[in-house]
Amino acid sequence: MTSDHGNERGVSRRKVLECMTWAGTGVLWTVAGGVPSSMGIIGEARAVTPSGLTFLQISDSHVGFDKPANPNAIGTLEEALNKINALPVKPSFIIHTGDITHLSKPSEFDDADRVISQARLDVHYVPGEHDVLDEDVKLYRDRYGRGTKGAGWYSFDADGVHFIGLVNVVDLKAGGLGNLGNEQLEWLEGDLKGRPASTPIVVFAHIPLWSVYPAWGWGTEDATRALDYLKRFGSVTVLNGHIHQIMQKVEGNVTFHTAMSTAFPQPAPGAAPSPGPLKVADDKLRSVLGITDVTFKRGQQRLAIIDQPLQR
Amino acid sequence: MRTIKSRSRVAAAFGVVLLVAAATFAARSAPATDAEVDIDQFTFLPQRITVKAGTTVTWINEDDVPHTIVSSSKVFKSKALDTADKFSFTFTTPGTYDYFCSVHPHMTGAVVVEAASGSNAAQ
Repeated sequence: MTSDHGNERGVSRRKVLECMTWAGTGVLWTVAGGVPSSMGIIGEARAVTPSGLTFLQISDSHVGFDKPANPNAIGTLEEALNKINALPVKPSFIIHTGDITHLSKPSEFDDADRVISQARLDVHYVPGEHDVLDEDVKLYRDRYGRGTKGAGWYSFDADGVHFIGLVNVVDLKAGGLGNLGNEQLEWLEGDLKGRPASTPIVVFAHIPLWSVYPAWGWGTEDATRALDYLKRFGSVTVLNGHIHQIMQKVEGNVTFHTAMSTAFPQPAPGAAPSPGPLKVADDKLRSVLGITDVTFKRGQQRLAIIDQPLQR
Repeated sequence: MRTIKSRSRVAAAFGVVLLVAAATFAARSAPATDAEVDIDQFTFLPQRITVKAGTTVTWINEDDVPHTIVSSSKVFKSKALDTADKFSFTFTTPGTYDYFCSVHPHMTGAVVVEAASGSNAAQ
């Protein structure tokens, strides 16, 4: 099987189905020197990831969503949290790659906090477009913006890995895609300046930083400039959400990975007339929702990404 | 595919009256000035509509996700519309008004406003 799931010709339906099958079984990705290889299903994966920094990615909780694709989005978020609390290795922290809420309502943010705080872990957020629907992005920034720049971007370090949270969902231009903007890109350049190329980098943002499917807005207008600043680093992992399905692509030393939603799936690119909530059979829903477990092994430049559905 | 529900035929003759009415929400009760754009499957339908000056255009969100209607030249801007929410704007000045969804900017549309015939008041 190839690991390149998003070449410029778009993703064939068959390939996407392969990806979805992997999602259903849980695949360990080991990244060595920027080239990932699949190590097998989740049972084996556990056996080869004994130590190192482990963190968790959740995405697209859409708290407040109550349409047919999932009438109980807060319920499936709770299931995701139960799954996190039951992990054999407790993660160091959680990254949430946006669309915490569906409509940026204070009550939705409150409900999301109440559920996600059950993990008793630090959570590092970036906003999705559904979190910034209020006029001046006040609701998101008041809650999650402390210590961040601009619309909410920031960086931090953990166990020798440099983490960068970017915002690509504000000030979007007509006809365009996700957008980072000049101010944020200049900040990124400065943030990376002087860091040794051996520093493992994890970048996370809501909309994919690679062109998954521009016709549906699944890409980021000015991401190439960001990737330009990152290309001298030996190990770069980019974690995104937004598209509610697992996709992975490797470009040089950069591995791109998108996570499942905890709320509802979306169609594979081009498999429907438009993006949007996809109604699947009730007994299939939990196999296309899930969380992502990431382990970094110190000294080995390895980053293992394991996607776990809520239900197999 | 749904199309504009314009009942405008005789309205043009009353252009001046309509322009006055358009300044207030009372214009919506004038059947001649209604036009509708559906937002369905991440598309504005119709994507480009042509209306007479004085027409009130109403957008209705038929999707399960929120959308906005934002004029590229900042003439009008809706809040985020949830499913079945509506936004209306009355176009009194002829011209082409490009707009997009600021949540999903690949969604674009245009309203072309023509002078109400029999009246130059809209110029």
